[in-house]
Amino acid sequence: MTDNREEPKQFITFRLGDELFAINVSQVREVLELSEITKVPTAPDFMKGVVNVRGTAIPVVDLRQKFGLPSVENTVNSRILVLELELDGEECILGGIADSVHEVIELDQESVSPPPSIAMRWRSEFIQGMGKHRDQFVILLDIDAVFSSEELALVEPNSSPTTTSES
Amino acid sequence: MSQTKPTDVFLLEAEDLLSVIEQGALDIAQDMTDSDCINRLFRAFHTIKGSGAMFGFDEVAAFTHNVETVLDEVRSGKISFTPTLIELILASKDHIKNILAEDADKKTGETLTSELALILGTTQTQPSPSQEAKETPAQKESGPKSYQIYFKPSPDIAAHGLEPASLLDELRDLGACRIAIDLDELPKLDELQAESCHLAWNIELETEQGIDAIKDVFIFVEDESTIRIVQSDTPQSSAANQNNDSAEAAPKQPAKASPKKSGVPQSNVRVPSEKLDRLVNLVGELVMNQSRLSQISTSIDSTELDTPVEEIERLVSELRDSVLGIRMMPIGSTFGRFRRLVFDLSSELGKEVELITEGEETELDKTVLDQLGDPLVHLIRNSLDHGIESPETRAAQGKSPRGTLRMSASHEGSQVVVKIEDDGQGMDPNKILEKAIEKGVVPPDANLSEREIFNLIFHAGFSTAQQVTNVSGRGVGMDVVKRQLESLRGSIQISSKQGAGTTVSLTLPLTLAIIDGQLVEIGGDRYIMPMSAITENVEITADERTTQNGRNLITVRGDLVPYIRLRELFEYTDAAPPIEKVVIVKHNGERIGFVVDRVLGSHQTVIQSLGKFYKEIRVVSGSTIMGDGKVALILDVAGLIADDANRFKLAATV
Repeated sequence: MTDNREEPKQFITFRLGDELFAINVSQVREVLELSEITKVPTAPDFMKGVVNVRGTAIPVVDLRQKFGLPSVENTVNSRILVLELELDGEECILGGIADSVHEVIELDQESVSPPPSIAMRWRSEFIQGMGKHRDQFVILLDIDAVFSSEELALVEPNSSPTTTSES
Repeated sequence: MSQTKPTDVFLLEAEDLLSVIEQGALDIAQDMTDSDCINRLFRAFHTIKGSGAMFGFDEVAAFTHNVETVLDEVRSGKISFTPTLIELILASKDHIKNILAEDADKKTGETLTSELALILGTTQTQPSPSQEAKETPAQKESGPKSYQIYFKPSPDIAAHGLEPASLLDELRDLGACRIAIDLDELPKLDELQAESCHLAWNIELETEQGIDAIKDVFIFVEDESTIRIVQSDTPQSSAANQNNDSAEAAPKQPAKASPKKSGVPQSNVRVPSEKLDRLVNLVGELVMNQSRLSQISTSIDSTELDTPVEEIERLVSELRDSVLGIRMMPIGSTFGRFRRLVFDLSSELGKEVELITEGEETELDKTVLDQLGDPLVHLIRNSLDHGIESPETRAAQGKSPRGTLRMSASHEGSQVVVKIEDDGQGMDPNKILEKAIEKGVVPPDANLSEREIFNLIFHAGFSTAQQVTNVSGRGVGMDVVKRQLESLRGSIQISSKQGAGTTVSLTLPLTLAIIDGQLVEIGGDRYIMPMSAITENVEITADERTTQNGRNLITVRGDLVPYIRLRELFEYTDAAPPIEKVVIVKHNGERIGFVVDRVLGSHQTVIQSLGKFYKEIRVVSGSTIMGDGKVALILDVAGLIADDANRFKLAATV
């Protein structure tokens, strides 16, 4: 959706299931180890609760559930990505739980292709593009769009269960 | 923080001046001869014109000039105030505001200008008798007179961007001028502050212009400076009665200097509210960390550590109180805004209403004040529209034809109660009940107390415009008013006596930043319940938890009180303790219990919003960080009840 947002080339990569995602570093404030999450009663399941990040209560969501993947138990590798989002013109801090967080990578414009419109498991409006890093495909997320959407699943409603492993 | 633009400064200043104008005009509506007030109005318009032109708001300057001209005539006694003129001034004020907001309608400006010109025109063709008695700048009929002027500017005049020399030049323009410098106050060289003005001047001025023209020269400095203007006895002019003028002016001028600005405290600092918010947040964090520190120091148990920790505790709590105090503002400014509303509405509705305000000095958090405006407008409209009757009806009922609307604010413990009382026709409980039954809000056989009936008007299903005019008129969006108050953690009560009037009481917290709460525990998680609503805590055993007709009820000192088990609402699955606690809360005049595992004690805490992501979650109004670094959630009583009712409904339909 946003080909023109390519000037910053650094991305942070994280894994959910067997898929590697990347978010622009400018939108990631920090990465935290899992701490105690206070559950908010009556909230939907994917909203895990709030955590104390240096004196501020920050809401935490399960990215797996938000993306429509089956939920799993947290492991020692699970991390909270503290994201800075802009929702309806308002800045918003939000923690997202990922299976694991990897590294900061640099992608130049040539190695980023627009999201393929077909044969995609993920809905294209949430994706900035596809990148390739060390022979692996990385999905560059438009994280603002992901959380602006009321809908839970990022998965195309009528997509086939096969993944986009074309390497 | 970005640098403030000069035009922004002007806009802020203009906003203040416009409110001075509005208040002044409304004051004059009470007493048309209040000369102080007329001067205040004139000065406000004059400043808007001057600064407007300076910052490039030429349209404002041009338009304001017209108003100023009319006011100048009023000041000199050529025109007297009429209700029409007051309305014109108010309309002009609105127009200026619109121009500044770039939202002005050119036509309005033209109409106003021509109406103002009309007022001027009528007086110029029909000179009033008083006109000859007083000389005015416009009318230089008499010969030159001489004045003795003493002018001692305040030391910091330069800091206000004014230069005494230019004022003296202006005086020279008025006529022949002899200026003598007064060096009495000049300090020794080593004490001399180069930036301060230590000088004073004695000026002899011969001019054909009146005393007002001289006063105008000093218009921007008269509050801070000492100015005496005395007309000399030199009988250069013929009119004997002019002495009145000077005799009047001479003692008045210095006396005025101090009380004139009474509404504005001596030195104020204008701070953007974001800066204050940041400060409040930082102090909030400090409070939390301090309580962690105290906890750690208790566990270490070292006398050496105890003393500084206690000292920090004291300092932090003082710091917190004073920082929160900065945000507190008197409610008077909010009340002041409604004078205009009442003025406009009562003339629109053809009713005579007197607005009485009490307790203007009562302080509330700015956030609360800002959000209080809308509900109050609503309530005042209701009172004026439907409460207070027309003068004829009132007279027929033996009431004074002039209705009274009383707004008052007072402290009650850690809360503020704002009351809006009218002496109108009151509400008819029978009519409300009838309508509620018709609308299906309550079953036809409902047996309700008067208070319960009045509470029906807060029901969402009750309030659309037509029904309400049929009933005694209240209820237009009363559910909205109620919701707005609940979002401020406040509540609303109504009492009414048919024929005698209605009183609406709003109970509000002093501040939104801090909550006095009771810490409770459910399934190992801690929650905070707002203390203001809690009346008592009782125990309940598993045996006592009887369910009657699908409703949970507990006997509290002879009364049956419904309760909600938060365990069930929050879907905790672990085993409950054998004896649970019920926190009894008063909500909308009804008692309701919340069952928790344990009550841990009282806890004063800084509230953090949960933000956008949890705005749909009604049961929780915010969060706070506990001493041990964990997050505790603050429960919302109204939200809990609504959520429980919803579940109940869902369960019933399944």
